[in-house]
Amino acid sequence: MNKRNALTSLPRTAWLLFVALLFLIPFYLIGRNSLMTDSEITSPYWAWLSPRPQWSNFSALFHDPAAPMLTGLANSAIIAVVTLVFQMLFSSMAGYALARIPARGRNVVFFLILATLMIPGAVTFVPTFAVMAYLGGVNTRWGIIAPGVFSAFSIFLFRQFYLRFPAEIEEAGRLDGLSYFGVYWRLLLPNSTNIIMALGVLTFIASWNAFLWPLVIGQDPSAWTVQVVLSTFLSSQKLNLPQLFAAAAVGVAPLVLVFLVMQRYIVEGAKFSGGKE
Amino acid sequence: MPILQKSQADRSATFAFWAFVSPALLGLTVFTLVPIVWGFLLSLSHAQNTIHPGHFIGFRNYADLLTDEAFLKSLVTIVVFAVFIVPLTFAVSLGLALLVNKVGWGRSFFRTVFFIPSAVSYVVASLIWKVSLFNGLPFGFVNHLIGLFGVHPVAWIGTAHPPWYWLVLVTVRLWLQVGFFMIIFLAGLQEIPKSLYEAASVDGAGPGWPVFRYITLPQLKATSVSVLLLNLIAAFQAFDEFYNILGGSGASIGNASLARPPLVYLYSLALSNQDFGRGAAGGFILTALIFAVTLLQGRIFGFGGSEK
Repeated sequence: MNKRNALTSLPRTAWLLFVALLFLIPFYLIGRNSLMTDSEITSPYWAWLSPRPQWSNFSALFHDPAAPMLTGLANSAIIAVVTLVFQMLFSSMAGYALARIPARGRNVVFFLILATLMIPGAVTFVPTFAVMAYLGGVNTRWGIIAPGVFSAFSIFLFRQFYLRFPAEIEEAGRLDGLSYFGVYWRLLLPNSTNIIMALGVLTFIASWNAFLWPLVIGQDPSAWTVQVVLSTFLSSQKLNLPQLFAAAAVGVAPLVLVFLVMQRYIVEGAKFSGGKE
Repeated sequence: MPILQKSQADRSATFAFWAFVSPALLGLTVFTLVPIVWGFLLSLSHAQNTIHPGHFIGFRNYADLLTDEAFLKSLVTIVVFAVFIVPLTFAVSLGLALLVNKVGWGRSFFRTVFFIPSAVSYVVASLIWKVSLFNGLPFGFVNHLIGLFGVHPVAWIGTAHPPWYWLVLVTVRLWLQVGFFMIIFLAGLQEIPKSLYEAASVDGAGPGWPVFRYITLPQLKATSVSVLLLNLIAAFQAFDEFYNILGGSGASIGNASLARPPLVYLYSLALSNQDFGRGAAGGFILTALIFAVTLLQGRIFGFGGSEK
């Protein structure tokens, strides 16, 4: 880069720095408030950081019966991991069949899956709740998990991915005597790590952060996810501010960590979802 | 003999096909197709306190909802929300993508900072926006900042006039989703052939508005359409931030009556009042509205994908 470019890009960089600062404010506020006492938070005199960080807010949070954080964390972790594993498995299987196995009825199945893709998910929550109540899934973890496992969108993306998989590799495998299952398990799946990581991280994040469906199904505190715990905490009559922010920090920290470690894959996943891959 | 072999191969392919698609097909059937049919039957039924259709009353649930002022108000609310959030998200995410794409220093740092809110849930963001950032008391962060300029604290969420709560609702979603769309725009920008810009500069067009208007924007058309569509469909299904910032069911709780989107209204109708018939009917009306708006957008901007 020459001198002139560096000079003209200066205002651009300044702009970006300013917006970046704005974007970081909410993270700063979680950190600041979760380490303050109640009177420090509500003081009319602004302190940028607590002079005495209150780490005890976190231990107090885990002993507060009004906010079952540990149950919430356990539920969210189990739900997100199970959703991730089964969604990737079932979607890649179906995507492979739709892309590579010639069979009668394939177009009908593909059309059916595309049709469900058109239905806005949150709009069907009332009838899905009715079906789930009929199946006995209310207040259970599997009731929260099950609808999230089956994603027409990720089936579609896996199909597009396998359509571009080199046919020679598959044919060589078939000539070596591999069955369809063998081709899938030994050739396609090991070569799908990129798309599985990309869609998998997005699935994990979406599942951990989901709110409406867990709220509808998890009516009993034992089935609350982190998000439902936080929401209940937020709407309780007497707000305990330090613990509320400690809870927000605990709820968001695992995901920020996952995000920073897996960012490369998340970027790929975003491109997949936006049709840019 | 070859014919027999072929039909055997056909049969094993057919068997493998169904074995591979059946888990997904079964799941989508039970959790998407069956609910649609069940929901349609419910929407034609008087289903108070029951999840079972059966007491059929024709289209009365639809008629009731379409004359229910609170429901109609919720449709207006969500259209107003979409009118704010969709163009704003589009402009900001495209603007950030253009800046980040050209910045000489700290490119991956900026990308990470704008993208990282995608890891935060709507509930956590609503919590920060409501209790800290836009808290109406003097200790709220924004009130502190405007206080430095001698402005009195503003009740951001609690008042209908002026409707500051829109600022709260729009900025929270903007912060959460803008990074995701910026990433999609960045990918789109990188696909534009450099030769187009070189040709333009040979023709004497310097970097700036004309190049953006006649090269960048047209080349981004497919990307723009997919960003608009994803954003629009998500906006019409807004629930989390309204529920957590303004309050949930019932007019008495919080400030829910200020701006209640359709999903919050349907949630209180079905889950609090246990009126599953009307709750289901409302879902179909909202779906129809989403389809109509999507088609309208398609008429104006095209559906993307076909050009290039």
